[in-house]
Amino acid sequence: MPTQPTPVLEVKHVTKRFPGVVANDDVNLTLYEGEILALLGENGAGKSTLMNIIYGLYKPTEGEIYVRGKKVEMKSPRDAIALGIGMVHQHFQLVPVMTVAENIMLGAESVKRGLLDVKKVAQEIQELSHRYHLDVDPYAVVEDLPVGVQQRVEIIKALYREAEILILDEPTAVLTPQEIEGLFEIMKRLQSQGKSIIFISHKLKEVLYISDRIVVLRDGKVVGETTPAEATQEKLAAMMVGREVILTVEKEPARPGKVVLEVKDLKARSDLGEPALRGVSFQVHEGEILGVAGVQGNGQTELVEVITSLRKAESGQVIINGEEMTNASPRAITQKGQSSHVPEDRHAYGMVASYSVADNLVLNTYNLPPFAKGIRINRPAIIRHAEELIEKFDVRTPGPHTPAGSLSGGNQQKMVVAREFSRPIKLLIAAQPTRGIDVGSIEFIHNQIVAKRDEGVAVLLVSAELDEIMALSDRIAVMYKGEILDIVPREEATRENIGLLMMGVKRGEKVGATS
Amino acid sequence: MSSATKFKRTSMIGLGIAIALLVTSIIVNLLPLPNDSIWKVLFGVSTLNFTLRATIPLALGAMAGILCERTGIINIGIEGMMLAGAFAGFVVKVLTNDWPLMASLLAGVAAALIAGALMGYIHALFSIKFKMDQIISGTFLILLALGLTSYLFNPDWVAEGKFSPIAIPVLSDIPVIGDVFFNNPPITYTALILVVLLHIGLFHTKWGLRSRAAGEHPRAADTLGVNVNFYRYLNTTLGGMVAGLAGGFLVLEAVGQFQEGMTAGRGFISLAAMIFGNWMPFGALGAATLFGYTQGVQNALLLAGVVDIPRHFISMLPYVVTIIAVAGLVGRVRPPAAEGKVYETEGSSE
Ligand SMILES: Nc1ncnc2c1ncn2[C@@H]1O[C@H](COP(=O)(O)OP(=O)(O)O)[C@@H](O)[C@H]1O
Ligand SMILES: [Mg+2]
Repeated sequence: MPTQPTPVLEVKHVTKRFPGVVANDDVNLTLYEGEILALLGENGAGKSTLMNIIYGLYKPTEGEIYVRGKKVEMKSPRDAIALGIGMVHQHFQLVPVMTVAENIMLGAESVKRGLLDVKKVAQEIQELSHRYHLDVDPYAVVEDLPVGVQQRVEIIKALYREAEILILDEPTAVLTPQEIEGLFEIMKRLQSQGKSIIFISHKLKEVLYISDRIVVLRDGKVVGETTPAEATQEKLAAMMVGREVILTVEKEPARPGKVVLEVKDLKARSDLGEPALRGVSFQVHEGEILGVAGVQGNGQTELVEVITSLRKAESGQVIINGEEMTNASPRAITQKGQSSHVPEDRHAYGMVASYSVADNLVLNTYNLPPFAKGIRINRPAIIRHAEELIEKFDVRTPGPHTPAGSLSGGNQQKMVVAREFSRPIKLLIAAQPTRGIDVGSIEFIHNQIVAKRDEGVAVLLVSAELDEIMALSDRIAVMYKGEILDIVPREEATRENIGLLMMGVKRGEKVGATS
Repeated sequence: MSSATKFKRTSMIGLGIAIALLVTSIIVNLLPLPNDSIWKVLFGVSTLNFTLRATIPLALGAMAGILCERTGIINIGIEGMMLAGAFAGFVVKVLTNDWPLMASLLAGVAAALIAGALMGYIHALFSIKFKMDQIISGTFLILLALGLTSYLFNPDWVAEGKFSPIAIPVLSDIPVIGDVFFNNPPITYTALILVVLLHIGLFHTKWGLRSRAAGEHPRAADTLGVNVNFYRYLNTTLGGMVAGLAGGFLVLEAVGQFQEGMTAGRGFISLAAMIFGNWMPFGALGAATLFGYTQGVQNALLLAGVVDIPRHFISMLPYVVTIIAVAGLVGRVRPPAAEGKVYETEGSSE
């Protein structure tokens, strides 16, 4: 940090009320020149709201904002941009069908003789990508780009407008571990060029790693400020959640029984028609958790989709409870196969956002008694069921009739988990079960998964978070380029040997270029 | 191939058909064929002339649709906007019958534009300010125009004169092409130029970039300080104007008089052309030409009486082709992503 820190941005006594919610409650926040300030808080703590106020998208109900010592009144993002504030939103604000250059110049167009000067913009983009090592092709269409690259486009968008203050709202939530490292490098580079950054996250490790200062937000209020030097993960978690959180999962050794899920030489293609599974075989037993680790995009998504019949297998077998279930209907898999699926993309596959919480809780059982009486739906039974699960799984919702889409991410996930865990099952397939949700909910869901295992359920856990895999699994399968490279018992697994497998290096093999 | 390229290609199907049509026609007309040959009936200059006349209102309607929908406002009310334009143009033409012909016709055009713009503005107001369902608002406009024009219409009114063709020197002497394209009345020329201008506007100007962003991802536009609803009001009103011009074409250039319900579903076929053309101006022009051609052929076949098909079937042709064309495109076209969705924001840009 500079010896004499000058504040570039000050938020003073900002309160923001939405109908029925106080999203920010008398918040004070200072950002100093050239620092990376982490804003830490659970989902729904009010982080995005505060940033949207700073960016001029929302108007504060009360309070003031100062930029470089001057009080400012922002009517729209246009004013914030003019003040040198740039924001990368939690949900990317890119027009998918437009090119990178079009997205970047939108609202700040270069015009020559009345027409858009795409060439000039592309050149400026190239200069920026060179300067900050943000590799993008200005002529690529955004929807064809991986999320990591889309994020770079977002960052360039802010830099193109000469932002000096950069807000990154949960930038790591959508990235793979490798992409996260890349992002951190970019952040350091931006910092060294004098930019001041607000980094939002609810991941403790990241915050400790990258920031100069940490401010914790809970229920709309600033509840503490600290530095990575003073803080520990446990302390931060407690500040964030407001109570002690146990970060490690406590569990007994597994007592595996007979085979529940068997996958034999499974082959399938990706959406793009390329081979995604190149002969995958493994077994999952009663009462054990098989974790599937691997860098995103090595076939994990396709594996889960094939097992749950959301994607066709080209060859190979899926056997559940001794019965061949390859390419059976998804309903047969859930009902006859007595399996549950917590999907990777809860918005696309896990829930119907516009349906009520109660309806979402019976999405795969609405046709069975007691929820169905002949061809009729038994409303009272559905509502009673919902009330029970809301209580049991601690889903924070105003009530069973609330649309699921209006819950926070963590609570949506708890709702999906409640539905999937509350049926009598023999097999549980959980894909990225805690992606993008808060520490409190993660702890809860982890404990539920272990509880299922202890009931004798066979659990297939797919996760891009190595920590999660290490914490929960009894055995760890590592996927690389559509194959299971190895399956390692938990006792023999270390971050190093699993990490090497994730990079495609088998046990016993020498890494060629290491010296 | 990127998905964007795939959709771009689809939009060109109609244009490809239109160009193939023109080329066939040139060849047929240069060959020494007897006048009653089926080839001459299908591809003769008079069939093409009729095709162009049938195409213009469809093309204008489709451009009107593109203008609105590209910013995210669904416009199924084009039929009503056309009808309002036709009626207003007609009334003003009748009121100014004693003016010099050109002045009177231009006054009629101005009235058609204003009436269409007004309808467009009402649609924008309903959709944006009052957050009314856009399909309902569009339907309302159609019913309003139908009801109001037939209530106010007086069959004794007669408009005197209509636009006559203006031959473009030199160009109109080119065989076939000259006869078809360069010897037309003014609104026809205007419509064709408008297609080119709209394409350039949408894809190569600041206005177009912002309009498209408003229709695809309004929030993204908003976060960059673009006033989404400003562009929605502007373009829906402009779209209404263009639809009004289509109505003006029917009265002031094609028929010369107003008839009750004279748009006869052209607003809807325009929408089909817009969809078939994947919301691209040239694509929609191509599709409009295809639909226009089926009307041209229908006319030519009925006149020539060359085939032994009951004429009812021939009369069905344009509609059948429209249905097949649009049904065959499921999954191959992509409407603006934010179409039909109200955009609300706390800030106000610009
Ligand atoms: N536009 C809005 N209208 C009503 N409530 C909102 C709106 N945006 C956020 N909220 C509420 O404000 C609270 C804080 O949300 P948010 O700022 O998104 O949290 P975070 O980014 O920390 O997860 C939540 O309870 C959320 O439901
Ligand atoms: Mg947020």
